[in-house]
Amino acid sequence: MRYLPHTPEDLAKMLQVVGVQDLDGLFSTIPDGCKRVDALNIPEMTEWELNDHMAALAGRMVSWADYKVFAGAGSYHHYIPEVTRYLLSRSEFVTAYTPYQPEISQGTLQGIFEYQTLICRLLGMDVANASLYDGAMALAEALLMAIRIGRRKKTVAVSTLVNPYYRKVVETYFAPTEFNLAWLPRREDGTTDLAGLDEIEDLAGVAVQSPNFFGCIEDLAAAGRAIHDRDAVFITCFSEPLAYGLLKAPGELDADIVCGEGQSLGIPQSFGGPGVGIFAAKQKYVRNLPGRLVGQTVDADGKRGFVLTLSTREQHIRREKATSNICSNQSLCAMAAGMYMAALGGTGFRELAALNRDKSEYLKTALQAAGLEIAFSSPTFNEFVVKFPEGFDQKWQDLLQKKFLAGIPLVCYYPELANHYLLCVTETRSKDDMDALVKEVQS
Amino acid sequence: MKELSEVALPEDVRYTKDHEWARKQGETFQIGITDFAQDQLGDIVFVELPEPGDRFEGGDEFGTVESVKAVSELFMPMGGEVVAINEALEESPELVNSAPYTEGWMLEIKASDPSAYDAMMDRAAYLDMLKGLEE
Amino acid sequence: MKDAVGTRGLILNEPFLWERGSKGRTGYSLPRRDVDHAPLPDGLAGDGPDFPDLSEVEVVRHYTRLSTWNYGVDSGMYPLGSCTMKYNPKTNERQAALPGFSGAHPLVPSELCQGALQLIYELEHNLAQVAGLDAASVQPSAGAQGELAGMLIFAAYHRDRGNTRSKILIPDTAHGTNPASAALCGYKAVPVETGPDGVLVPEAVEALMDEDTAGIMVTNPNTLGLFETHIEAIAAIVHAKDGLVYADGANLNAVMGVVDFGRAGVDVLHINLHKTFSTPHGGGGPGSGPVCVGKRLEPFLPAPRVVKTGNDYALSEDFPKSIGKLHAFYGNFGIMVRAYSYMLSMGTKLKDVSQHAVLNANYIKEKLKDVYHLPFDVPCMHECVFTDKRQEKHKVTTLDVAKRLIDYGFHPPTIYFPLVVNGAIMIEPTESESLENLDQFIATMRQISQEAQDDPALLQEAPRNPKVRRMDETLAARKPCLRG
Repeated sequence: MRYLPHTPEDLAKMLQVVGVQDLDGLFSTIPDGCKRVDALNIPEMTEWELNDHMAALAGRMVSWADYKVFAGAGSYHHYIPEVTRYLLSRSEFVTAYTPYQPEISQGTLQGIFEYQTLICRLLGMDVANASLYDGAMALAEALLMAIRIGRRKKTVAVSTLVNPYYRKVVETYFAPTEFNLAWLPRREDGTTDLAGLDEIEDLAGVAVQSPNFFGCIEDLAAAGRAIHDRDAVFITCFSEPLAYGLLKAPGELDADIVCGEGQSLGIPQSFGGPGVGIFAAKQKYVRNLPGRLVGQTVDADGKRGFVLTLSTREQHIRREKATSNICSNQSLCAMAAGMYMAALGGTGFRELAALNRDKSEYLKTALQAAGLEIAFSSPTFNEFVVKFPEGFDQKWQDLLQKKFLAGIPLVCYYPELANHYLLCVTETRSKDDMDALVKEVQS
Repeated sequence: MKELSEVALPEDVRYTKDHEWARKQGETFQIGITDFAQDQLGDIVFVELPEPGDRFEGGDEFGTVESVKAVSELFMPMGGEVVAINEALEESPELVNSAPYTEGWMLEIKASDPSAYDAMMDRAAYLDMLKGLEE
Repeated sequence: MKDAVGTRGLILNEPFLWERGSKGRTGYSLPRRDVDHAPLPDGLAGDGPDFPDLSEVEVVRHYTRLSTWNYGVDSGMYPLGSCTMKYNPKTNERQAALPGFSGAHPLVPSELCQGALQLIYELEHNLAQVAGLDAASVQPSAGAQGELAGMLIFAAYHRDRGNTRSKILIPDTAHGTNPASAALCGYKAVPVETGPDGVLVPEAVEALMDEDTAGIMVTNPNTLGLFETHIEAIAAIVHAKDGLVYADGANLNAVMGVVDFGRAGVDVLHINLHKTFSTPHGGGGPGSGPVCVGKRLEPFLPAPRVVKTGNDYALSEDFPKSIGKLHAFYGNFGIMVRAYSYMLSMGTKLKDVSQHAVLNANYIKEKLKDVYHLPFDVPCMHECVFTDKRQEKHKVTTLDVAKRLIDYGFHPPTIYFPLVVNGAIMIEPTESESLENLDQFIATMRQISQEAQDDPALLQEAPRNPKVRRMDETLAARKPCLRG
């Protein structure tokens, strides 16, 4: 087998050195009661059989070439330039370990330092970590960090317009703790209602998502004021970072922690993972940050270089008192995001963001012209909610037969929103695609 | 690492088994960590201290001291209320390495029971303890 | 000895991204605009991010140069103990990049993603089979998250039984993620001292196990590279007080096809796909940390789960006792594709993998134990642990040995872990290394121990060959500069 180099001669020589009769003899210290009674039963395939098998499985998947997908909801189809795919396949990036030996990991370390920097610039924040697992876990960590900052306060409030899957993960992380979760309702215009903040006691932090799950842009400036008036930590999360190519950065609006999902930044959707959990904060909170951090320093000759730093926050040193239990991050995905931001550049990023919004507005306007109702009046980025007529779910299935994925139904997340669908338009949808959808919807 | 003979052990302070020292200053006591402790820790990068007004019992953890690869807890030599912390340590934690008994001081407290100072180890007793650790 | 693997070479400097570029350049082909501009309402627009504008060539040169400063498994031997730096098969990358997988939206109706659902289902079943347990969930994104899942399952089980438990027993040899994960669940970590032979003894567990203890987290094989031979007795002690046994499967590469964790008394096992199942480490991630359980704990696994009815697969949320959700979608699917491909490439040869991994570690142990101090001179599993005790008299430390290995073209082993061994050097060769590589590694380590005697400065000033020398980590921690 091509991954196992030992020949029978090699094995014989080595067994003799070790002083054992055969390979089974290597496991003599293992008690019989712990041993397998039957052999493993997993098929073994040649490279060629594997190719066929995987092609068959992949063939039972919707492909972007076949279907017109108008869905986002936390996973976005953006074009990934070939150059970033190519660079990410460099085996020195792919097959390297965590950079604990900095002298031979400067490639990863500078790459991640650059990622941290570009993320700070994108979000208007002072410091960003080397990534967390995904947007959901990043939000859970942000809320736990707000509680650490708040010292004796035990409640955090989260908008119900935050991605419902992120909220579920937050619930899972909070379930075994003594901390409380309060949920903030929405307003008619599709943004979060913060009026009830005053009634929540012991408030350590508040999280809103912008653009939120309905695609609406929240008034972060007002949110920041209301939340800081309550002396709580202001957390903004997102699932579509491209929005910040166009919108004011949350850091400019006084966010304390900004976190979210970075899959849009040059990472394939890949059925939901791996993505990259983006996490950034104000300088004063740096020692409370979860996750790895790459810092700049000098070597013994005074040359610039990079190391993992402030490690005393982390589990391998602080153990049960660590800021988080996280060990691995999403390093290669963070490199991919850095490469994508580098390839686009500031000018390209801004133009792409504008294109996303403009295309999305085109579809929105066309649907309105066709007599359909846009559910929420707030401005949006590249997603919006349409309230279709009664019985649209049958039509939605018909559209699926015609290879149109006309958005994600909201009723399973918000039972009061039957016939509401969340549509997404990115730069990958052409005007013709959109015209075809509008025509189909009307028929 | 220093040899025991190189470790500084001033006469004007008393010592704890966790390598803290205390110095009587009129109404208050000044607290820090010993030369032995800073030598063992290596380059100190951060000192986490409580706030003035915080109260602790003797033996309570009042903060931590960090080197690049390790964290050590700091324990109160005696109970009391924090009246001052050494703000210079925020910018210059290395003062704990260079001057552990003077500019590297950490806390000033008002003791709840000042007689606890007399129960602390004197220089000779602490040195004996360090010799015992060597074996 | 033949030519050393490590040598000097031309390495190119490369500044920061923002030290390159010029406004107006681009490395991206902007898609065609076929709609009008629709400006945002006043007050919402920002200035856009302050990213440099680079040409495609600048981007390519930048990252190509950066990559040359890294050492990966494809460069050479990487004997990092407990990390299992085995070869990352290239066919796995091809499979993960298939458009049907890489371009899949996770929220399409199940009839449009049968391929992915089938893959997840089969992977979970195969992992459970390898573990000797009954069910698995691939949702956790990393080993540490798998441990958190395990702890949440413990908590859910005890709640379901009406028990209140506040403590977890954790051996002093445990990886830091173990107590950290336990703490996230509100458990107090109670340390269990390892016995003189480097394994846990039942008496130590018996003394601590009580009705306030949720269970024990063991690593097996443990971080000293030894099989926890008393695991059955320990499990019995814990089960007798209705506690559970969690096994950290970071070292599973030693025992595939050999050990049955279910028979050994384990209730929950997590697996690191990026260790045992060959998915690449990527400079620190992404990984994947599936959790496997015995039948009675199956109801508590994270949801949703893939269920099979006839030949159809679907996602089901119908698990009322589930601990909940750990990932926005289903976990790191792209990593699962790679692990699944590896599993099918190896089949029953997964057992050979473990046999060769264990053989390689024992071979190194036998050939170095006369020059480096071996604290436990017993048969090891897939890794062996030495110390720098014999080099102390030359004022040479484990760190110096590690840095000198770099000059010779090897990635250092894991150092200073586990904490119970002073100056630990943990060597895990994996099954990927040929006999010639192992012999060259051994010869190099012997050469270094000779240098420690004859010319210790060579070690203390190492490394000299890579792009940078030893970094000032104190400065990095005292004056953190975390961005440009």
